[in-house]
Amino acid sequence: MRSEWFWLLLGMALVTYGPRALPLLALHRRTLPAPLRRWLSFVPVAILAALLAPSLAVVNGRLDLSYHNLYLLAAIPTFAAALLDRRNLFLVALVGMVSLVLLRRFL
Amino acid sequence: MKETTAPAGRVLAGLRISVPVILGYVPIGLAYGVLARQGGLTLLETVLMSLFVYAGSSQFIAVALWQAKAEPLAIIFTTFLVNLRHFLMSAALSPYLARYTKRWLAYFSYELTDETFALHSVNLRRGEAGYQGKTILAVNEASHLAWTTASAAGYLAGAVFGRPEALGFDFALPAMFIALLLMQVRRRLDLAVALLAAGLSLGLPYVIPGRWNVLIAAVAAAGAGALCAGPLPAEAAAEAGEAAASAEAGAGAAAGEDRAAVEGGQSRAV
Repeated sequence: MRSEWFWLLLGMALVTYGPRALPLLALHRRTLPAPLRRWLSFVPVAILAALLAPSLAVVNGRLDLSYHNLYLLAAIPTFAAALLDRRNLFLVALVGMVSLVLLRRFL
Repeated sequence: MKETTAPAGRVLAGLRISVPVILGYVPIGLAYGVLARQGGLTLLETVLMSLFVYAGSSQFIAVALWQAKAEPLAIIFTTFLVNLRHFLMSAALSPYLARYTKRWLAYFSYELTDETFALHSVNLRRGEAGYQGKTILAVNEASHLAWTTASAAGYLAGAVFGRPEALGFDFALPAMFIALLLMQVRRRLDLAVALLAAGLSLGLPYVIPGRWNVLIAAVAAAGAGALCAGPLPAEAAAEAGEAAASAEAGAGAAAGEDRAAVEGGQSRAV
């Protein structure tokens, strides 16, 4: 392994691990002020939505909210499947994948 | 810590839970391996990055920037920005993981990604008895193993696997996020927060260049939710030191459920 790559790897590993570990270690068994706890309780739903939206609506770096966007179309049956059986992630993933394959074939 | 099922059962449960993540990671890992080879990296360099950095998008960025002969420090800084959102995820999981030691958390957080966070946040909040210890780590390890193995396979035999789009694998992770997001939406306010976060995440790149959109959207939307929620019914009781009692009683109102679950988790741990 080249030494430049080694240093790059080390730097990247540190700046990735830091944000992953610091809050969990620093907040360990600490009771936070109520407003902060309330804010944290909304973080999962907010961050999942913030991650999901671009993965559906941004194609090749551009916002595409038209019916030409197959990801957006495939999301419709996937949402329906998730509403019917939201515990079975595998089934929902499968419905999504099959929908996308069918859309690609017939549209 | 008492866990009811056999160790093998707990690990199997974790593997089962991580299947959708594995479905999504394999094609992306393969693509990373292919790209790394084209970028002139060795197999060892490619795999070590998946093993020690383990962060999908920044690995792609790093390979592309490396190929473009960018400054290593610039690559590291970009990686930092891209992965800063994990700070929020780590903080959000903290109340649910009070029962574990710092050593356990130091290992757990090493394998915290967008996808494993999504699984953990939903399953921990639901407070299922089986979702603990070895099961949690099995979810992390199976996902990481899939990622690392796929990186190596992509490097060695990328062309053999063809294009993952043919089988729709590129939609496995978005589909999983749809299901997990719906599980997180339990009241009308959650829905409002989700829509706000989605809108901000899509709109912010037009206002703020760079890769800040996910982080800022999540911070702001969660903040708006917290402001609108007002003090939780359980909070007054908690301040008076009656948290455990109220948790036992179920704490009634939907807004109080989160806190009750957290307090319940902590009292079980004692």
